[in-house]
Amino acid sequence: MPDFLLNLTDIVAGYPGRPPVLDGLSFALGPAELVGLVGPNGCGKTTLLGVIMGLIKPQSGVVRIFGEVRSEEKSFRPVRPQIGFVFQDANDQLFCPTVADDLAFGPLNLGASRKEADAVAQEVLKTLGLDGFGPRIAYDLSGGEKKLVALGTALALKPKLLILDEPTNFLDVEAVARLEAVLKKLNLPGVIVSHDLPFLDRMVTKRYRLTKGRLRPD
Amino acid sequence: MTLAERTKEPLRRADPRLLVLVLVLWSFLLAFLETKDAALAGLLGSSLLYLLSGPKNVFWGLKNLLTINLFLVFVWLILPFSFSYPGSIVYRLGPLAVTREGLDLSILLSLKALAITLGAMAITGASSVFDLLAGARRLGAPEKLVALLLLMTRYTQVIGEQYHRLRQAMRVRGFNPKTNFHTLRSYANLAGLLLVRGIDRAERVQAAMLCRGYTGRFWIRTDFKFQPRDFLIIFLVLCLSCLVTVIDARLPS
Repeated sequence: MPDFLLNLTDIVAGYPGRPPVLDGLSFALGPAELVGLVGPNGCGKTTLLGVIMGLIKPQSGVVRIFGEVRSEEKSFRPVRPQIGFVFQDANDQLFCPTVADDLAFGPLNLGASRKEADAVAQEVLKTLGLDGFGPRIAYDLSGGEKKLVALGTALALKPKLLILDEPTNFLDVEAVARLEAVLKKLNLPGVIVSHDLPFLDRMVTKRYRLTKGRLRPD
Repeated sequence: MTLAERTKEPLRRADPRLLVLVLVLWSFLLAFLETKDAALAGLLGSSLLYLLSGPKNVFWGLKNLLTINLFLVFVWLILPFSFSYPGSIVYRLGPLAVTREGLDLSILLSLKALAITLGAMAITGASSVFDLLAGARRLGAPEKLVALLLLMTRYTQVIGEQYHRLRQAMRVRGFNPKTNFHTLRSYANLAGLLLVRGIDRAERVQAAMLCRGYTGRFWIRTDFKFQPRDFLIIFLVLCLSCLVTVIDARLPS
């Protein structure tokens, strides 16, 4: 049990005035596991990710991250940077003027000097195969490049696991192949939420389906 | 690399901090002018700065300048007829009278407004908004204000794209704006939708920032270098400033 990266038990969560979206959900992620999460629109996948990151407060249930119970903002703050969360819409994640600024934002938040942060940004760009993209302006990038840079902003924090929300949405075949190659190279554990079943089959070992507020093996 | 390092125009290679200072100084100076001649000299000075700020499409420049100054129409509709009535009347239009004082004030206001906006267009066109804001931060502008403007610049673009997509979606369904309730309602829906989506996006952006360890500090580049050629700009702006000040002081209206 202490080995789980994520461990959720009996989570009930939802929005006021509506029946709970997550209803007694339990989930555990082992140290080297990369799992897929599928389910129809509105079934609560994004809510589940919000609960994991401490962005949505569950009505009941226990969230354990890296073996420790996390319940309020203060206990989530130190672990968030260790969980590389990539949002569905890269525009939500890339808010800085240039790619280099965006990649440096995380490390700077963690107390790195400007020089160290710039070095991390360069290193991440190399990993992504985007050398020389530092000075590029965020809104000038193609959809595929934006997605890779959004992944990069998470990687710049040197996360222990990745959480990807619909990573292949709006990407063409080539961009998906590029993303896939990068993810394979990184070989990090984590959770991928996707409707793209062929993509999930190539990436993950285990697949869960979220229905009626609970997870079932798929 | 900042935009300043990529181009060769005189004003464009300037230190963004200097440009911010020039913008503030020049705008305030123009705003306090009291004579038409000085305001005209100011307008010429702004034109010079505008020409120095890089290659321009004069037609677009003029169009932008006039669009920003559209409010002057209201000044001209009201001020000549109402200011210091019944001063010296130069023209009668039925029950209305145009006064010399009102006319003078309208001209002064128009010249000053045009000069200030053209100057601001020169400075903002010479650098990127991001560099200017970083420069302003370095000069001590409040971090929150700079962060707000940075985010605004970034997401105006995104919301603009969203607006165009929605407009296209309306057009492909046969929407054709006319002067009727259906058009008004559709535009109201469009505006409302943009607002709601804007709020949603703001929440997601904040969540994304929190996930990367955001603690309220905004990180802005500060690696500016003041170069010898920047003295030329200081010299030019000081000359222009002295010129309009002297004209303003010697020719009381």
